[in-house]
Amino acid sequence: MSGTVPTIREILQANGRLPVSALTLGEDDDLYQHGLTSHASVNVMLALEDAFGVEFPDVLLRRDTFKSVAAIQNALASLGVDQ
Amino acid sequence: MTTDAEEFRLALFDAGLLVPGSVSGAYHRSFVFEAVVRGIESFVSAAGRDAERRQFYCAPLLSQSALAKSGYVISFPNLIGVLSSFSRPEKDLPELIERVESGGDWPEMMSPNGLALGGAACHHIYPTLAGVEVPADGLLYEVQATCHRHEPSDDPARMQSFSMREFVFVGPEAGALAHRDLWLQRGAQLLEQLGLAVETVPANDPFFGRVGKLMGASQREKEAKFELVTEITSSNPGAISSGNYHGEHFGEEFSITVPEGVTAHSSCFGFGLERITLALFRRHGLDTANWPSDVRSRLNLVN
Repeated sequence: MSGTVPTIREILQANGRLPVSALTLGEDDDLYQHGLTSHASVNVMLALEDAFGVEFPDVLLRRDTFKSVAAIQNALASLGVDQ
Repeated sequence: MTTDAEEFRLALFDAGLLVPGSVSGAYHRSFVFEAVVRGIESFVSAAGRDAERRQFYCAPLLSQSALAKSGYVISFPNLIGVLSSFSRPEKDLPELIERVESGGDWPEMMSPNGLALGGAACHHIYPTLAGVEVPADGLLYEVQATCHRHEPSDDPARMQSFSMREFVFVGPEAGALAHRDLWLQRGAQLLEQLGLAVETVPANDPFFGRVGKLMGASQREKEAKFELVTEITSSNPGAISSGNYHGEHFGEEFSITVPEGVTAHSSCFGFGLERITLALFRRHGLDTANWPSDVRSRLNLVN
């Protein structure tokens, strides 16, 4: 398991405003199905950028990017973050 | 602005249809221009005759709290208009006078007074329904308002003060979606009956900033908003009407429910009156006397 996943889960827990615990969701579970709204996804995006010191390029500013823990992990990996 | 757009703009001024106001995007409209607007108002209103609806012209002012609840302050902080006035004690008047007379920074002495200009007609409806349980099959409105969006531009298609007539539904989810879809179809038909070639396309609002790109992408992917586009002031098509499904956003913010205690959904379809008028002048020419007789008749442009 990559080192980014625990942080991703913490950020979702703190910013995702999900009615379920982000700490126990499956990595491929659809976050939108589990209550992630557009506004919350924006907060998650900003928190991820802050935590990992990255900026999501325009091409990643899509719903898909934040669709699941795994999707976020992949997006971060594409930006060179995998530790 | 392209040459084509610039030429059309100057032609509108030459014809006396629009007179530039004292700020960019503020236009005074001739009575001929406004006669077309009146015609569009009654033409679209008649099409909505099949359903009971509450109809009113809105006062163009919102409270700051209503503006915040609409979501505009977070989503489009650069487009809003928040009013301010002088609320300092009289002892500060000499300084105000001094600044005004010397061309100094007198606006700095103003402070927000609790009022804001509305950016969309339907925003005036939700505060009137705050805490209200609407009937199970929803409520329908037909409202018109002068709206403000702070978007300085020389393009008359982007006025800072413009009007829209909206058909708004507040009620159950299925009803809100059906309302939007009905009017997307009906609106396109009406505009085509006026001789305009419109295309219906998915769209997104211009949410502010980088985060706005994600918001816009989300809106587009959810197909919440569609625009009816055609040539307005140039050969680049622009939106002259739009249909929006809001989900529970306004129901949540204003505590509007349907029985029993379920958060209401809402949707709206808005006709951009000045844009439609401009599109008509572009399509049919600057002299309404020469417009096709069926269009003139539909817009009550007699003699």
